[in-house]
Amino acid sequence: MKMVIGVLLNFPDAWAAAEPQMHHAPHFQPPRHPVLYFKPANTWCGDGDDIAVPAGVSEVELGATLGVVIGEPACAVRESEAMRHVAGYRVVNDIGLPETGLLRPPLAQKCRDRFCPMGPVVPADRVADPGKLRIRIAVNGRPQASHATVGLLRSVPQLLSAISEFATLDTGDMVLIGVPANPPRAHSGDKVVVEIDGVGRLENLFCAEGAT
Amino acid sequence: MKTGRVVHGGAIHRCTPAGADRIRLADGRLLAEAEVQWLAPFEPRTIFALALNYAQHASELAAKSSSDQAGFLQAQMHQPIVFLKGANSVVGHRSFTRRPAEAEFMHYECELAVVIGHEGRRIRRANALAHVAGYTVANDYAIRNFLEPYFRPNLRVKSRDGGTVLGPWLVPAAELPDPMALQLTTHLDGALVQQGCSADMIHDVPSLIEYLSGLMTLSPGDVILTGTPAGSVDVTAGSEVVCTVQGVGSLLNTLVSDWRA
Repeated sequence: MKMVIGVLLNFPDAWAAAEPQMHHAPHFQPPRHPVLYFKPANTWCGDGDDIAVPAGVSEVELGATLGVVIGEPACAVRESEAMRHVAGYRVVNDIGLPETGLLRPPLAQKCRDRFCPMGPVVPADRVADPGKLRIRIAVNGRPQASHATVGLLRSVPQLLSAISEFATLDTGDMVLIGVPANPPRAHSGDKVVVEIDGVGRLENLFCAEGAT
Repeated sequence: MKTGRVVHGGAIHRCTPAGADRIRLADGRLLAEAEVQWLAPFEPRTIFALALNYAQHASELAAKSSSDQAGFLQAQMHQPIVFLKGANSVVGHRSFTRRPAEAEFMHYECELAVVIGHEGRRIRRANALAHVAGYTVANDYAIRNFLEPYFRPNLRVKSRDGGTVLGPWLVPAAELPDPMALQLTTHLDGALVQQGCSADMIHDVPSLIEYLSGLMTLSPGDVILTGTPAGSVDVTAGSEVVCTVQGVGSLLNTLVSDWRA
């Protein structure tokens, strides 16, 4: 795995929330291509790992999402062929600081250490349709939010086609399908569980920076 | 000693310079540099890149009015604009880069690349260079008409296959005690088109290491492309681009036309 790529504004409510500002400076018009960002290697961690809330930050946003894991390398794949390049899926929590601006790459917001915990890979043939999964998130045992992977602005095959048009996705690389508007938040001391039916469960404890 | 990574005879080799246009493989073989395939001189982990880290280049690209420019540069002084580049984009010396048919303005960016050697978090400026393994030359291609003002510069501009040229050599930090006084030049088909000095960076190498390690852990293999000076010229299929950083190396890349239907 060398690349994990996230996509912003891929849920209709997230797009709608950002839409008013798309018509003014500095954006002027809505994005024509998927709005993408990297979750670099320092963000990667696993189930059970503790995650530090950075010093000076009171809370973080929890981006419960589905990770699409590449099998056969994908270069300029057509939408109709894209699913052949999917090896499996994993539960991912795409963590960020609140109030990410849209103009500049979100390095300070989304690329902190361990801000991309991920569960084990479930083989693709065990998931009938990645566009019909229910994602649940709970903080300290209390359900916070639940959403389905339906109605994405770009489906999994559309995303893989759009990205691989310019960037070859290699075996093990992962694309995250996005997060709805108003994601739940967590503070230090919180235990967060993300679950996706048929894919798995991911649990992480948030702690104050310096305590990990 | 400068080191490179090349493919020859079906295997990957470490190599070192051996006089003009010649290299020596680790097993002692002497070869012309043009008879091997060059890889990036190390395997990059996270690739950081700076947007607009030279004031003149920032002026060249940014605002039209001088008051806009002043405001823009002031914001830039405050905090560097950093983006990430994908591993897919990396190619080596003497490589080829595709100019897509839809490109209207595609340009090279000659940059000093700083390779991290020792892990660190919250590294102080004064100690920053102790975390550097070495330096190489980067050509950080951009296609201006693919820019969109969302997480700009967006991946479709900066993380294209073949869009990050690295090499030829990894120069150990000990052989380059002052990275902040190096001439950068780009020649396009032999003509000088870009010239600058690393002394003119808005955020210098120690500051960048301090800033990034204040956000996240830097690890061996992470590389920081430190931005490019003024002098952006459109390149076309067949263009030969040579980016040179004084004391680090000269990096050749050739543009090729779009092979996709």
